[in-house]
Amino acid sequence: MSGADRRVLDEAGGLRAMTWVMAIMLFLTLLAAALGLGTRQSAQALERQLAGRLTVQLVEGSPVARDALAARTLTVLRAMPEVRRATPVSRADLTRLLEPWLGRADADADLPVPAMIDVDLATGADPDRVVAAVRRVSAGARVDRHQRWMSPVSGFLDTLTWLALGLVVLMLVATGAVVVLAARAGLETHRATIEVMHMLGSTDVQVARLFQRRIALDAALGGAVGGIAALAVLAFLGTRIAALGSELLGGITLGLGDWVLLILLPVGFVVLATAAARVTVVGALRKAL
Amino acid sequence: MANIVQFENVGLRYGTGQETLSDISFTLGSGAFYFLTGASGAGKTSLLKLLYLAQRPSRGIIRLFGEDAVTMPRRRLPGFRRRIGVVFQDFRLVPHLSAWDNIALPLRVAGVPEEDIEQPVREMLAWVGLAERAQARPATLSGGEQQRVAIARAVIGRPEVLVADEPTGNVDPEMADRLIHLFESLNKLGTTVVVATHDFQLLNRVAGAQMMRLDKGRLLDPTGALRYPPSMKGHP
Repeated sequence: MSGADRRVLDEAGGLRAMTWVMAIMLFLTLLAAALGLGTRQSAQALERQLAGRLTVQLVEGSPVARDALAARTLTVLRAMPEVRRATPVSRADLTRLLEPWLGRADADADLPVPAMIDVDLATGADPDRVVAAVRRVSAGARVDRHQRWMSPVSGFLDTLTWLALGLVVLMLVATGAVVVLAARAGLETHRATIEVMHMLGSTDVQVARLFQRRIALDAALGGAVGGIAALAVLAFLGTRIAALGSELLGGITLGLGDWVLLILLPVGFVVLATAAARVTVVGALRKAL
Repeated sequence: MANIVQFENVGLRYGTGQETLSDISFTLGSGAFYFLTGASGAGKTSLLKLLYLAQRPSRGIIRLFGEDAVTMPRRRLPGFRRRIGVVFQDFRLVPHLSAWDNIALPLRVAGVPEEDIEQPVREMLAWVGLAERAQARPATLSGGEQQRVAIARAVIGRPEVLVADEPTGNVDPEMADRLIHLFESLNKLGTTVVVATHDFQLLNRVAGAQMMRLDKGRLLDPTGALRYPPSMKGHP
């Protein structure tokens, strides 16, 4: 049928109210999706930063022996293709790190402060090979993998990502359910008109098209309102996070792909709503003659 | 005259109650004019529902346009319904559409391009005397005007069969005459017309019309055919 018959459902108040329901649903879905995408980015950035970093601690009572051991270890590490950079932590830096607990440690030159070497691994390098090489030089050397001690943070970010994904799925299911309810309510409201249309020779698909067009329009309008509001909130949060200057929170950013995904989400919403309306209406009409 | 409708031993039961229609057998010839009469509750509306495919019978055979309408797949029903015009007893106009759009609805349902709709709708509005009320919505039309819109909607698609359920029930005698003349003129164009009425005054107003009488869900002439031309004196 042509567009001239769209008015057949024009007074469907239940359907009109759906615009606002869709706006709220999409607003919440976009925020949840952005949270998931942002924490995923943050987890990936953390992974990139920490996966390739080690700290070697060499404990030796004699300062001379400790320096010699550190020099040998440094030579071995710098010769390995797996190591991109090996940097000894200076005595001054170590003293500064220990100052809160030990006071001015440099005042006591006999204090057995371990030698430390920061190691950046080459991309894709196996850290076990580096650890083994260090142990060959000094069996008592302690190697801290940054990834390991940051793993609870990384795990928490992963949990947030999955939680956000779960929320998005729940919201999509809820949206589908809202559309199904709205379509059924619309069918009930327009039962008499639909009967007449059937008697005039309308097919189920023609009747369903009236509903799906109405619902698609409501979903598009709601999607635009909810989408714009959500994107504005996300932009505002982005500026707030940037202002914090936190390294961890600073990692919660959205890439270009993420923004594209967020912008496509309302389109997916409209498609989902339209499909749900069609399936519901056609399914319900099949039960009638 | 070819048969366009054939009922054989048709019965209709709603739910688990008694049969509303029992052992209904008749044939309708193409291009003829029929009255279906009977007291209120005799089963006229139920019989018409079977005729315009709003209901399937509980038993028996119904052939429409030469095809079995009882076992016809649901997906084929719209095509058949477009060949049947219906004037409902309660008009059933779409309340949000103007008279113009209500009349145009069957053409739009049939997929007629918008540019080919305007002229027939205008002609139909003139034919039923509502040219001035084209943009009025049903709620602002009188009963008689709504009736005429319903008739215009039923006939605009040039149906092969026109079924009208008590079309004069809500109008004064003068309007009833006008409506019957509308049906006659349509009938002269080749449409088979079936008018259900309990107004016996109507029966003698259409020359050559034939009559079926229903009583308590049964045709009074169980052999089927028709049978009481209005011109006959002393019909039951």
